[in-house]
Amino acid sequence: MWQFFHKLGSPKWFFGIATRFMPWLLAIGIILLLAGLVWGLAFAPKDYLQGNSYRIIFIHVPTAFLAQSIYIMMASAAVVTLVWRMKLADVFVKTVAPVGLVFTFLSLFTGAVWGKPTWGTWWVWDARLTSMLILLFLYGGAIALDRAINDEKSAARAVAVLVLVGVVNIPIIKYSVEWWNTLHQPATFKLTEKPSMPVEMWVPLLLSVLGLYLLFGWLACLRMKTEIVMREQKTRWVRELVMAGRG
Amino acid sequence: MAFDSFSAFIAMEGHGPYVWACYAVFAVLLVGLMVWSSRHHQAVMASCKRRYQQQENSTSARPKQAATFARVEVSQE
Repeated sequence: MWQFFHKLGSPKWFFGIATRFMPWLLAIGIILLLAGLVWGLAFAPKDYLQGNSYRIIFIHVPTAFLAQSIYIMMASAAVVTLVWRMKLADVFVKTVAPVGLVFTFLSLFTGAVWGKPTWGTWWVWDARLTSMLILLFLYGGAIALDRAINDEKSAARAVAVLVLVGVVNIPIIKYSVEWWNTLHQPATFKLTEKPSMPVEMWVPLLLSVLGLYLLFGWLACLRMKTEIVMREQKTRWVRELVMAGRG
Repeated sequence: MAFDSFSAFIAMEGHGPYVWACYAVFAVLLVGLMVWSSRHHQAVMASCKRRYQQQENSTSARPKQAATFARVEVSQE
């Protein structure tokens, strides 16, 4: 276990593993996402209440789901950065934050566009929407803070603290639809219960969530590799790797 | 298929603009992020390679110069 943990912290070992897994992540991710989206757009039955506008769910839920789970992953990596000073954890937080920002923006955007025909308004200041907006600012804040501090180590620690403070927002997002009387509907998926949708609707939704998850994995591997090459360019293994044209 | 015709698929009973706008923005941002990230990776790898080659050239060129004894013409007067 500890050996695995130490190996995981080694940029060289990670680089090799990431290079090996990336083609699979990309291929399976694209297949699952496309299957989910095409199924959801063209083949899933229309919603009896919302009509066809509900088809936005097949991108709204995956992006919102990823936006939150990326933040949780970043917070876990931030703990590792602060406690064990592991290099890779900091690389993860730094490179993945912009991806989280894009997914959060997408979930807000698709939510706004979905809100117009369904609720009659693009935006309301209700608990779910506001807490998601705060998540967007947290991602933006982490990116800005990292850029503002020149020293790599102090930047890593400052960003880790910010990310950890912001994690309080995650349960607020999750339970906002239950604690407050919001316009937003409650969660479609729960781990403990059967989905409230028919099978032809939740299977494509599940496919697109999984597909986007894998594509996020691909993006994270790629962006971490870039950062590792930049940080470790003085080491021998990066030199050999770059000169051989691998990676 | 949930639609009778292709035009019905595009129109989505009036909800077409909303649905297609979401899918378009999603596709542009996701593909953009993926393409930008891989281009950035290629660029970083290429610039590292260039730097290593420069270093190799300069380190292999210098010892030669150091080994030659150039006569310095200095006036003795």
